[in-house]
Amino acid sequence: MSRLNMELPGLSMRNPIMPASGCFGFGKEYAKFYNLEKLGAIAIKAATVETRFGNPTPRVAETSSGMLNAIGLQNPGLDSVLANELVWLEQYDVPIVANIAGTKTEDYIEVAERISKAKNVHAIELNISCPNVKEGGITFGTDPKVASELTKLVKEVSSVPVYVKLSPNVTDIVEMAVAVEEAGADGLAMINTLLGMRIDLRKRKPILANGSGGLSGPAIKPVAIRMIHQVSQVVSIPIIGMGGISSAEDVVEFFLAGASAVAVGTANFVDPFVCPTIIDELPGLLDELGVEHITELIGGSWK
Amino acid sequence: MIVENMEIVSQKNIASQVYELVLQGQELVSLAIQGQFLHVKVSEGTDPMLRRPISIASIDKDKNQLTVIYRAGGRGTNMLANKQVGDQVSVLGPLGNGFPVEATNAGEKAVLIGGGIGVPPLYELSMQLVAKGITVIHVLGFASSKDVFYEEKFTELGETYVATMDGTKGYHGTVIDVIKDKGISFDTIYSCGPTPMLKAIETTFPEERGFLSLEERMGCGIGACFACVCHVQNDPTGIAYKKICTDGPVFAIGEVEL
Repeated sequence: MSRLNMELPGLSMRNPIMPASGCFGFGKEYAKFYNLEKLGAIAIKAATVETRFGNPTPRVAETSSGMLNAIGLQNPGLDSVLANELVWLEQYDVPIVANIAGTKTEDYIEVAERISKAKNVHAIELNISCPNVKEGGITFGTDPKVASELTKLVKEVSSVPVYVKLSPNVTDIVEMAVAVEEAGADGLAMINTLLGMRIDLRKRKPILANGSGGLSGPAIKPVAIRMIHQVSQVVSIPIIGMGGISSAEDVVEFFLAGASAVAVGTANFVDPFVCPTIIDELPGLLDELGVEHITELIGGSWK
Repeated sequence: MIVENMEIVSQKNIASQVYELVLQGQELVSLAIQGQFLHVKVSEGTDPMLRRPISIASIDKDKNQLTVIYRAGGRGTNMLANKQVGDQVSVLGPLGNGFPVEATNAGEKAVLIGGGIGVPPLYELSMQLVAKGITVIHVLGFASSKDVFYEEKFTELGETYVATMDGTKGYHGTVIDVIKDKGISFDTIYSCGPTPMLKAIETTFPEERGFLSLEERMGCGIGACFACVCHVQNDPTGIAYKKICTDGPVFAIGEVEL
């Protein structure tokens, strides 16, 4: 496995594969299928200060090679995540990336400060790009000044490195990336879902109760590859790439675009074993490509 | 729950757009109980992306076979309907909690109320109840005569009434009308069908011992994605919830908001 190990700020990973936040709960469901220590890291579901129920149902709609969701950051709240979910995860020797969200700056600061002190949380993923909540979320992730300011404040209180999760729903993602790097971000996570909608032909209404939702799955992979390719050549902080990854080939493509680790999201819903399968298949693919260590692939497609 | 490639041993069109599919497996069948569902992958690739939740209609542990009944109409279910005997499908399951047979005692009477594509899971339930010495009465509602299936099979197990909304077969009206008009008495209600029907059952029989199987669009089917969450009844905080895929799909009358 030494061909796959990866050192990123805060994250010493036995392989660069982690399940993406929001697609893996807090790990309990998938622990019924395999040992979570197989994973490089786990990005847990977003935590907010308060307990959140989320949006009305239907919350998911299918699209061609993708899925729309508008879960609305449902989570048990910071106190419960700290006392129950993270404590339960302590039985596994795997670094946790804590995704944090909020409706106002103070919320983000409180969650970041407290969750970063949990002993198995090795990094924070600053979620400024969730498109499915009315307040907060994406409103922080579309204005470089606002994103930059929030990144600075979260960095000040966090005991662990901070990865800023960027939204693709912006005109210039490079501008956003540069702004949060200058504000002190230790890394980037990109991309979050693309805003989308589907309409029920018979009811003549959007399928999702929320109207629109975030598009994920293989349908968005080319967008993610393009954005990571652009951003990674401009910033000097590492990128955790995500967006439609479902195979070892996809992982290599993300690395060639400039990612240093990847998160697998929607594919977990289709195949609960997708992460361990990718991890098992990567060495064979590296052989095929004549690559000794996966780090050799990072940015391999740059000019 | 496991993921298993199962072989199609039979695929039959049994009503308008309704198919009965028999799947041969290894381990998965031995785990299944009445009222649980499967998450079926209908294509090899990623289009369509998600698995389809389909309830289990009957379980044959001796032959290692499961029968499911589904309505084809959308793109994914049409792809499933086009699969042939001998084809393999990836199945995640069995999922969900299932109907509690133990809630009814031997010698008691259960009414099983099904609506449309909610009828299938009641079939295995009925067999299990009958095997326990419980008298079963079936009230099956469909839109029209072309939609009716399994009437004979249910009749073999107990008293069976079919109702259609347009009156083209059986009783003209709703399942509730049948129960009231025929003066059907029972100790337990088991039901699966569209939410308006389940609501009507709960409103008509709020104090009865009863179990309702819910349906919702799902992402993962295993409790990780929080797509199929519903509110708990009489919850002043508004944040208590149940996941239909893992806490359900079967809930007691009065347990969750319909």
